[in-house]
Amino acid sequence: MTVVNVGESDTEPTIRKALAIGADDAIRVNAYPSDAFFVATQIAEIARKNNYDLILMGRESIDFNGGQVHGLVGEMLGLPSVSPVMQLDVEGDTVKMAREIEGGKESLEVKLPLVAGCQEPIAEWKIPNMRGIMSARTKPLQVIDPVGVEESTVVTQFELPPPKGSVKMIPAERAEELIALLKNEAKVL
Amino acid sequence: MEAVAKKAVKGGEFLIKETEAQHIFIPEEFTEEQRMVAQTCEDFLAKEVFPRLDEIDSMKNPDLMPSLMDKAGELGLLGTSIPESYGGFGMNFNTSMLVTEKIGAGHSFAVALSAHTGIATLPILYYGSEEQKAKYLPGLASGELKGAYCLTEPDSGSDANSGKSKAVLNADGRHYIINGQKMWITNGGFADIYIVFAKIADDKNLSAFIVERGFGGITMNEEEKKMGIKGSSTRQVFFNDCHVPVENLLSDRGNGFKIAVNILNIGRIKLGASAVGASKKVIDQAVNYASERKQFGTSISGFGAIKYKIGEMATKVYASESASYRVGQDIEDTIEALMEGGMPEGEAKLKGTEQFAIECAIMKVHGSETLDYVVDEGVQIYGGMGYSADAPMDRAYRDARINRIFEGTNEINRLLSVDMVLKRAMKGELDLMGPAMGVQKEIMSIPDFGADEDDALFAAEKKVLRNLKKAVLMVAGAAVQKFAMKLSEEQEIIMDIADMMMEVYVAESTLLRTEKLTGMRGEEACARQIDMAKLYLNDAVERIGMHGRNAINSFAEGDEQRVMLMGLKRFTKIAPINAKETRRRIARHVIGENAYAF
Ligand SMILES: Cc1cc2nc3c(=O)[nH]c(=O)nc-3n(C[C@H](O)[C@H](O)[C@H](O)COP(=O)(O)OP(=O)(O)OC[C@H]3O[C@@H](n4cnc5c(N)ncnc54)[C@H](O)[C@@H]3O)c2cc1C
Repeated sequence: MTVVNVGESDTEPTIRKALAIGADDAIRVNAYPSDAFFVATQIAEIARKNNYDLILMGRESIDFNGGQVHGLVGEMLGLPSVSPVMQLDVEGDTVKMAREIEGGKESLEVKLPLVAGCQEPIAEWKIPNMRGIMSARTKPLQVIDPVGVEESTVVTQFELPPPKGSVKMIPAERAEELIALLKNEAKVL
Repeated sequence: MEAVAKKAVKGGEFLIKETEAQHIFIPEEFTEEQRMVAQTCEDFLAKEVFPRLDEIDSMKNPDLMPSLMDKAGELGLLGTSIPESYGGFGMNFNTSMLVTEKIGAGHSFAVALSAHTGIATLPILYYGSEEQKAKYLPGLASGELKGAYCLTEPDSGSDANSGKSKAVLNADGRHYIINGQKMWITNGGFADIYIVFAKIADDKNLSAFIVERGFGGITMNEEEKKMGIKGSSTRQVFFNDCHVPVENLLSDRGNGFKIAVNILNIGRIKLGASAVGASKKVIDQAVNYASERKQFGTSISGFGAIKYKIGEMATKVYASESASYRVGQDIEDTIEALMEGGMPEGEAKLKGTEQFAIECAIMKVHGSETLDYVVDEGVQIYGGMGYSADAPMDRAYRDARINRIFEGTNEINRLLSVDMVLKRAMKGELDLMGPAMGVQKEIMSIPDFGADEDDALFAAEKKVLRNLKKAVLMVAGAAVQKFAMKLSEEQEIIMDIADMMMEVYVAESTLLRTEKLTGMRGEEACARQIDMAKLYLNDAVERIGMHGRNAINSFAEGDEQRVMLMGLKRFTKIAPINAKETRRRIARHVIGENAYAF
């Protein structure tokens, strides 16, 4: 089991943690994960060289919330990709998965190899034990340079949400004033 | 970490020697691996303990605590200080301190875990024969066996060597028959292994035994109803003709009191670390509350009175933490040096800890009193919610209190810290006499009005520290001269001296940590730590002055009193700092991070 991360060196404690809970080795692509296409290209490149049976990743990252990498990797490798997977069992060369969909649950069976974008409660929260931590030190963590990717997206601007105003107290007897404010100022009515 | 040739330090030497910053260990130097260990502890509490605090304290399910211990065992948290050859992980002393600190936030669970890994396991690890270690340590490391430590009796608490429990060799010479009553036994309700202290025949001194629950003749009372740590099992345990095989005598006959005392040394420094962990959690909660809670139209964290508390809480904890890990590493280094000199591991560990027994006692007192300060102000910051049993301060407040009582009360530890210093001085192990005479001469001479030329970081503070040490030597030296062997009857004075020593040690450790850290990260990045080091020193000077005056005024008169008070004034001189602004800056940082983040 290999852990792959596209990120700068500050991600290494997290990679070591993955090694401590059971991964065999790790590869870190030493680059800032600038966009989903860039990250997917790096992962696909590594996957091509290693012929993995199953590529698991999160449904989306908690810092960028793109939710595209699994789909892109699947496309680049010509593999089926499924997301968000909330339950997963491997039986021989078949993977049984469950997805939550609008108004219900979908069960699927897909043949290996495949890519899955996973979401809780896919696995239990595993805490590294002392033996794992000690052995993580000796497991290989390979740092490689990224393959070149033409920049496909550019962030043009960030905007902060407007600061929250303070609470306005309006006495109960002046309900019409409240309605006017909700209509004209808060624009929620 | 760069290798620096380290001079061997001895316990108590801080009173007469200066230490260089690069010679102490600071928590910022923990390795990535040690940080992972700490993270595992935090994750464990978050996943298994915090969601069940009420259930644990209700004691309704007697299997809950043992099952949590089993889970901690599966993670390896019970075996960090046990060598790999006995099923543990052979981690170093400061790693086990770190585990203790992190688990320290775990309320009753923390007490169960530290009693098991500390006072119950260590007697076997340090004093056990090869057979005893092989038989019991793997089970204790995995959690399959759970341990308790039975020293206290109804009539023998602080006076631990006065216990009445008896062990008599039976006719065939194969068993000791133990009879006696033990009290306040942590983990008593579910332990499989009890370390029991009893006197063989008419011995003056205790002996120690490894007793299995299955040996028979063991009964116990119901769980004690306690003020706090309500989920920690505490029982009276009765031994009625309990048959203990002779091979379960631990170490030699009559060695029990020494075992008890030495194991308590480790228990004490670890209690200090555990209190640091509990304090940090309370600060996190209190700061979070202070930011959320609005009165008079703003967060209460905006008020100076609340900032004062937050700044003070953080500073005390930073100080206690600095000194705790300094001791931890000093112990570790001494153990290593002894082993390099050919001493077997077990013996080296004991001697290494014994060497720093003074500092262990000091940190037990400092840690537990810091925690009590922090929980008290924690309640205050929560206001009425602080008094609600549905909010977290209630439990924190009640659970903290035990720390000033067990592992030797804080009175006993204060008395011991001074007693040990004086004994070492008398034995010639610690040269107090020379420096004390020097101080006496100095107070009779004209003060040095020389301007401070050195404006390096902390140069002025280090001069203050040198003087504070002189203040301790002056007061302690005069008290010893005055009362000689009768000093032990003047406990109030000993308490004053103990507090002066404690303040010196902790203030120095805080300064040294900050100096070292500043060397690693630069002054700008350490501005708040520098604030805390200066603030702690500033207030330590006040406290040392007060204790010094109390002591001097209690035994000196006339010219002698005048000269000593002037000397004290000279030795407690410090350039003024704006403590209000300093505390505000510290508080603002903690509030900004919404946590104790140093
Ligand atoms: C929750 C809990 C868990 C415990 N767990 C364990 C355990 O697992 N194993 C174990 O063996 N024990 C345990 N103890 C016992 C604990 O260590 C003792 O309670 C403690 O050592 C104090 O003894 P004591 O209660 O007899 O108090 P006492 O010795 O009666 O002390 C009462 C007061 O007198 C003071 N005092 C006593 N002697 C002197 C003196 N010479 N000079 C000045 N002041 C003095 C004390 O400081 C204290 O303030 C536990 C206690 C509690 C409450």
